[in-house]
Amino acid sequence: MQSEGDARADGPILRVDETSLAFGGLKALRNVTLKVESGSITALVGPNGAGKTSLFNAISGFYRPQTGRVFFEGRDITGLSAPARAKIGLARTFQNIALFRGLTVLDNIKLGRHAHLRTSLVEALFYYGRPRREEMELRAEIEQRIIDFLEIDHIRHAPVGALPYGLQKRVELARALAMKPRLLMLDEPVAGMNREETEDMARFVLDVREEWGVTILMVEHDMRLVMDISDHVVVLNFGEIIARGLPADVQRNEEVAKAYLGSGEIGSEVREAVAEIAAL
Amino acid sequence: MSPAILDFVEFSLAGLCVGALYALTGIGFVVVYKATRIINFAIGEFMMMGAYFFFGLAAQAALPNWAAIVLALIAAGTVGGFLERFIFRRLIGESAISVFMVTIGLASIMVGLVEIAWTADPRSLPTFLPDQPFFVPLGSAEAFLASKNGWSFIIVAAIMAAFITVFRFWRGGIALRATAADQAAAYSVGINVPGVFSFAWILGAITAAAAGILVGSISGISSAMGAIGLSVIVVVIVGGLDSLLGALVGGLLIGWLEAMASLYIGGEYKQVATFVILLLVLVVKPYGLFGTHDIERL
Amino acid sequence: MRIGSAKQTYAADEAIFKTNVQRAWFAALALALILFPFIASDYWQLLACLIAINIVAAMGLMILTGFTGLVSLGHAAFMGVGAYTAAYLSNHLALPFWLTIPAGGFVAAAVGAVFGIPSLRVKGLYLALTTIAASFILQSIFFNWTSVTGGARGLTIEPASFFGRALVTPGAIYWIAMPIAALTVWWARNLLRTRVGRAFIAIRDRDISAELLGIELLRYKLMSFALASFYAGMAGALWVYLFRVITPESFRLIESIFFVAAIIVGGLGSVRGAIFGAVFMTLVPELLKIGASDLAPYWPDAVKLLSPVRTIVFGALIVGFLMFEPLGLNEIWQRTRQRFALWPFRT
Repeated sequence: MQSEGDARADGPILRVDETSLAFGGLKALRNVTLKVESGSITALVGPNGAGKTSLFNAISGFYRPQTGRVFFEGRDITGLSAPARAKIGLARTFQNIALFRGLTVLDNIKLGRHAHLRTSLVEALFYYGRPRREEMELRAEIEQRIIDFLEIDHIRHAPVGALPYGLQKRVELARALAMKPRLLMLDEPVAGMNREETEDMARFVLDVREEWGVTILMVEHDMRLVMDISDHVVVLNFGEIIARGLPADVQRNEEVAKAYLGSGEIGSEVREAVAEIAAL
Repeated sequence: MSPAILDFVEFSLAGLCVGALYALTGIGFVVVYKATRIINFAIGEFMMMGAYFFFGLAAQAALPNWAAIVLALIAAGTVGGFLERFIFRRLIGESAISVFMVTIGLASIMVGLVEIAWTADPRSLPTFLPDQPFFVPLGSAEAFLASKNGWSFIIVAAIMAAFITVFRFWRGGIALRATAADQAAAYSVGINVPGVFSFAWILGAITAAAAGILVGSISGISSAMGAIGLSVIVVVIVGGLDSLLGALVGGLLIGWLEAMASLYIGGEYKQVATFVILLLVLVVKPYGLFGTHDIERL
Repeated sequence: MRIGSAKQTYAADEAIFKTNVQRAWFAALALALILFPFIASDYWQLLACLIAINIVAAMGLMILTGFTGLVSLGHAAFMGVGAYTAAYLSNHLALPFWLTIPAGGFVAAAVGAVFGIPSLRVKGLYLALTTIAASFILQSIFFNWTSVTGGARGLTIEPASFFGRALVTPGAIYWIAMPIAALTVWWARNLLRTRVGRAFIAIRDRDISAELLGIELLRYKLMSFALASFYAGMAGALWVYLFRVITPESFRLIESIFFVAAIIVGGLGSVRGAIFGAVFMTLVPELLKIGASDLAPYWPDAVKLLSPVRTIVFGALIVGFLMFEPLGLNEIWQRTRQRFALWPFRT
């Protein structure tokens, strides 16, 4: 399959510079600086409440950080509205599935393409002409490239509310793929999944990177998945980045262990145990 | 003393007295909202119900006024409890809009019932307040304040004082505030949450009915008097839907603003002025002066 | 009995009528609509016009509230704007109905878009309250802008004329109202097949996520208000050609509530729901009237009670449907269809 976005040799696809975000007195992000290399799979990890989803929301444009800038493909998008960011290729999925219950699977996926379609209100009222053409082209493309790819053809007309959790997550991914993404932000893509579903999703994520040339930035708690497929790991704790690098390096990092396991006595015993197991 | 200043003071006083009645009804509204998160569009019709119960008992059944008032309030409270038990309790979990529409439907039903029992003709209530108007000294002149207006203000102030004391210190008031803050937590500490709901509706109905009796004694009653509920809704929006203090301040403020609009723009623009205020508040400060702001999480 | 209907092209899969049975029923309906004025009494022809007008208005409100999730209790006021516009243009500029009716729509759409601006800041019930405010402000304008609206007396309008012939009877108006109703229904159905309809539904279900997926909220919310008000304006213009008079009392808050009740009773979120709701809510008062006059020989006071009983039934319909059948008549329709889908086998 033809590779989509060209991996730019110059500069990272996403750069977050010294970004801070606070809600009243609560500091969600403290001076976060982060680079995501084009074509990579980068994982954002950290304990609950570390600020991972807040960072996603700041990058997507839902939150306006008090300080800092966000650059996408070299361009400063700090002032850009959320829909505009979606249009230039910043796609995402949501931690608690955000599918639209009033639409079928197919319509949810088609919705992802919204920003790139051109049908106006008046054209839509009459349907024949541009809308029909756009809809047919879109349908054909979604069927061939997304529905087939994610193996969801049997549920394309199902109302999304009736689907099991794992399939809903897959439909969310399908919708994000319809957005013509250059950077795909996945918020906990395998949360709540069993082993088999997780492996399926891992395969899909890798295929997306391979065949679509899309860069992946994902928030995840499943460490096995993170270690298996990510090129780069960034660890967040209390809104600050406390470690970054190759998965194996981050795993051995003291600070990271402290963040997850606590820094008290019991914490250090557990850490020793974990270190022993890792050394096996 | 220039007539302009005298007019201003007299209209202001009258406005504040009407505002006190708005505040009283607003309290009834806020109590229901705080406990159940329901916006009761039929608040004006609850006032109408109280006024008509009093009319039926005092004018038609010829009971002494004080007995009629007490029985009317009890009847109104019963209706409120009944509605909560058999309608609103079944709607727990439905969307806020659906419940709001149910209150709109109820308003219609109540108006229809009143029209069947008493026809749509306007009527006056038997007087139970002293006739003597108030004269407020103002420099060399005296500002006139109609007796019913003045007495309404005094009565509302007394009820308010009682309210505040009761709510602060009585277990029921604390239970209400707890349920308002967090239903699940209230359940788990043993508060009878459905009981709190019933109580809120009964109390809300009684306060609205009391305000309705006072409003009715000032301007007469008719099956259309529920329209005043729209002003009350503006009051609670301005004050903040879940704030008792807001209902108080909002009521006085809106009452006064309406009077000012009446004086300076003209009586027929009074209601429009209220709605322009509503629009401005909703766009500038939607949670009102004292309401709590809900932050949406993604 | 239908077992399955596989489609071989995407176009067939996205068509409005997917089976020959559906197409046949639709053809029968179209035929009935055309033959109707020739076989119906004057009374029923008037009812049919009212139903057509209410379908247009209800469909507009369905787009705004049912599809986009923006609760509006001011819809009737926009009908008033359309009605006054049509009357004014007809009286002062002698424009024909086929210009004044769309003009009524456009003016109402512009006003609707303005009153839709708060929808970016406020949601749900707060939005409903701004629409109530809009309704009162507009009614005040109808009342006080005497030079344009005729003040309390309102305006009268000359009948619509078609090639010199005055369209005075309901039967004549039917031929304008019914095609417009059909057109507006078709438009609404088409919306759902395109990105505009999808965007509306996304805004209704989860507007924040919709924004992050590329939908510009303000633009689409205003579009929804404008389109819904366009429908309302046309309905109002049709109304004024039917009744030939418009006053500030013609379109009050209670009429707005009527239309909200119609879309709830019909079934929120579906094109069919708007049609069911409009038909049902128009016929119910008529049925009550017939009931009252039937009871009159035994109970002479029955007719006097008609107005309050109508008010009660109206409220009871809203409460009853929301409590027991919140998905409306459309849901009842779907359930019945399901039961008979595999007839004579049981499902």
